[in-house]
Amino acid sequence: MKIRIKFAKYGTMKFIGHLDMMRFFQKAIRRAGIDIKYSEGFSPHQIMSFAAPLGVGLESTGEYLDIEVNSMKNLYAEDLLRVNDDLHLDSQDKRQKIMTVGEMKDGLNRAMVEGVEVISVGVLPDTVKNAMASVAAASYRLHCKEGAFGIADLEQTVRDFYAQETIPYTKETKKSVIELDLKQGIYEITTEKIEVNPKFLKPIEYVECAEETELTDIPEQLEDKAMTTAIRMIVNASSSGNIKPSMVFEKLCEFACVEIPASAYQVTRLETYTDLAKEGETHQFVPLAACCLDTGN
Amino acid sequence: MRKLALSDEILMQVEKPARYIGNEVNSVVKDKKEIAVRFVMCFPDVYEIGMSHLGIQVLYSMFNAWDDVWCERVYSPWTDLDALMRKHNIPLFGLESQEPVKNADFLGITLQYEMCYTNILQILDLAQIPLLAKDRGEDMPIVIGGGPCSYNPEPIADFFDLFYIGEGETQYRPLLDWYLENKKQGGSRLDFLKGAAKIPGIYVPQFYEEVYNEDGTIKERKKLYEEAPDKILKEIVTDVTDCIYPLKPVVPFIKVTQDRVVLEIQRGCIRGCRFCQAGQIYRPVRERDVDKLKEYAVEMLKNTGHEEISLSSLSSSDYSKLNELLDFLIEDCDQKHINISLPSLRIDAFSLDVMSKVQDVKKSSLTFAPEAGSQRLRDVINKGLTEEVILKGAALAFEGGWTRVKLYFMLGLPTETEEDIKGIGDLSNKIAATFFDTVPKDKRVNGKVQIVTSTSFFIPKPFTPFQWAPMCTKEQFLDKAYQTKKGIMEQLNQKSIKYNWHEADVSVLEGVFARGDRKVARAILEAYKRGCMFDSWSEYFHNDVWLSSFEDCRLDIGFYTTRERADDEIFPWDFLDCGVTREFLLREWKKAQEETVSPNCRSQCQGCGAGRFGVGVCRE
Repeated sequence: MKIRIKFAKYGTMKFIGHLDMMRFFQKAIRRAGIDIKYSEGFSPHQIMSFAAPLGVGLESTGEYLDIEVNSMKNLYAEDLLRVNDDLHLDSQDKRQKIMTVGEMKDGLNRAMVEGVEVISVGVLPDTVKNAMASVAAASYRLHCKEGAFGIADLEQTVRDFYAQETIPYTKETKKSVIELDLKQGIYEITTEKIEVNPKFLKPIEYVECAEETELTDIPEQLEDKAMTTAIRMIVNASSSGNIKPSMVFEKLCEFACVEIPASAYQVTRLETYTDLAKEGETHQFVPLAACCLDTGN
Repeated sequence: MRKLALSDEILMQVEKPARYIGNEVNSVVKDKKEIAVRFVMCFPDVYEIGMSHLGIQVLYSMFNAWDDVWCERVYSPWTDLDALMRKHNIPLFGLESQEPVKNADFLGITLQYEMCYTNILQILDLAQIPLLAKDRGEDMPIVIGGGPCSYNPEPIADFFDLFYIGEGETQYRPLLDWYLENKKQGGSRLDFLKGAAKIPGIYVPQFYEEVYNEDGTIKERKKLYEEAPDKILKEIVTDVTDCIYPLKPVVPFIKVTQDRVVLEIQRGCIRGCRFCQAGQIYRPVRERDVDKLKEYAVEMLKNTGHEEISLSSLSSSDYSKLNELLDFLIEDCDQKHINISLPSLRIDAFSLDVMSKVQDVKKSSLTFAPEAGSQRLRDVINKGLTEEVILKGAALAFEGGWTRVKLYFMLGLPTETEEDIKGIGDLSNKIAATFFDTVPKDKRVNGKVQIVTSTSFFIPKPFTPFQWAPMCTKEQFLDKAYQTKKGIMEQLNQKSIKYNWHEADVSVLEGVFARGDRKVARAILEAYKRGCMFDSWSEYFHNDVWLSSFEDCRLDIGFYTTRERADDEIFPWDFLDCGVTREFLLREWKKAQEETVSPNCRSQCQGCGAGRFGVGVCRE
């Protein structure tokens, strides 16, 4: 059975790279007692596929990985009846030998650390392509960590920027130099006033003043402080035409004749999409989670 | 959400920012208002090395099990961050709290190898704590050293407020209780140290002074505080089964050297190899109960999610319930898709059978550690491994499908001759020949056998029978390596043998630190000031800087390394008592020169002195 897991990554965890996140989930799945399927061979590995690697320094509310399981059994359920454990599982879990997707989500969340949160767990139809192959686009939000972007009339500038016929970009890799037209891969770019979501997306700089407050209970002046104009975009994230939001931002800065260092703004991936449109049709982006049969929510 | 000590800008600039953010699974965060003592535990090397150390995990879980104590971790910032911290004047911080180490009550530094000594100074310097204990004010943390190198703490004595000698599980509670008591009474730092000196296993260096003879050897040790003890006996855990074990070890995000569950099956070693310090200072052997170990294995795999488990001990083959434990692990781990990484086992039918179950025979290699090339020299060092046993084990292994063998030797052992060195090539050759004799042509995988022969240079260590032995010079070492290479090249099967040898410069320095006295501290401080750190990383080791530092401090390297020591010379570490007596060590040193072996602890007690603890193998 194929399972799709959607998760958020934020705060200090943005410094954990993609490969380390894969290792983190491999261990978390074992801690959660999930009956994951292993590959054949002398050194079997878990059958797991991440949708799109997230760069170090980026936060996300729309990360995905698919796993395959043998069953919905909780591998530790029987052990738990035997041993009076220390596993943070509440008494209800001890009776549950078979997990629902909702319970799997809760079990995974108990195996997480601050900065990674499982948002949903759903069963995939067997016919669905794995997460990595499904990715077509991703939406991102860029906001300044302190104050505002130093770009005059940001809204209009973004409109003018996007109105250009082409947005040529020179991508230099170690081996080659590639000329791209970013315009082709930017499906949407706008600005918006955002209210920073205190749970996931609160930039860490604001934490100091909020130290004594519960995260769900942010006083009003802080909410005011957390209002900012952000840039929002949907861009190609498929393996063949992936566009990094930093590339778009670099060109935007060039267009607006400003220089803004990468450390000044925060990039958040909001959602990862697959494209339901057939070849030749207009894109029909839906979140990867929409492919699930049963989300238990 | 936690606030980090380093800005995004800095974290995005350094290699592997995950080294500095904490937040790992099973790391412990406490409310600093609810604790009385903040203890920062340090492994003075890079995160990936430090996180692989079992000892810190043990102490970390012990401290954090106490409600009034918060134990954090800190490791050496890598050179990239080191430069940024100095440039921006950022104080070193604990990974859990992300707050300055200098605000903690204690900074505990584990001393696992001599070549980390400059990193201790890096840690203190970045923490903005004065390098010399005597310069530290009332508000500075108490800096504690522990671990194997504290068995000769003198070369680094000036940098520490106190050393904890022996196993950490026993005296930390009394030490912390005294700390709190003294604080309550309004006592000073000095008051604390005076009281600490009376706690078993605690050594406060500033209460003693070395007085030297004209030739530089020690004349006597003077006490500067009358009530400080004359001798300090190491601490040991009497019941290793009924003691704390880290069932929830911290799980790092990045790949570290030891990225697996580690099960310590026993402490100590019955073998008594004469070059080996661990074999003496951890006496007597104490085994953990096998049922308890099975429980630990299951619990720890659950709590970490690790995909591999490994056994830890000095000589796993000597653990009496090894078969039972391995049978259990093989069955349990197979179901859970957990790999078992085997420690170095004695090669025999049993271990080969186990190995073939848990590893891919074609890809793995077998390791033998004869340590010396001839039987004569193996008798000198009391390594009870005969050529017959090695060749028989190799034959069995080749029949089982293995084609790769690693051999470890030491060069520069006491009494070594050209014949002994020649023996290294001979033995390597005989093992290759065994392959061709054992495995018929049509069954040879790739048609060949690979022997990798490695040599390290022998460094005499305190509390070993060889503590009296002179060490070779760099030139002698390199000549011996050359002879070894030549010896291998002359062999019939030389094409099947690959030879590796260690750097000689580092070994010479390690020799100085191992048996150094308090004078050596000057050179360490000087070399650090001239930029030395991460000396165990060859790309950062600057031998020329070290040599000039010693010269400018008027210290003669040869005095510490190549000098012949008299039977009755006072050694810098003589005030410590590791359980094994000096008389026993001297007896063994004489026996070594007579090429006589000593049986192991289980076959016949040699009266080493560790029997006074009345535990483990001494009571069997």
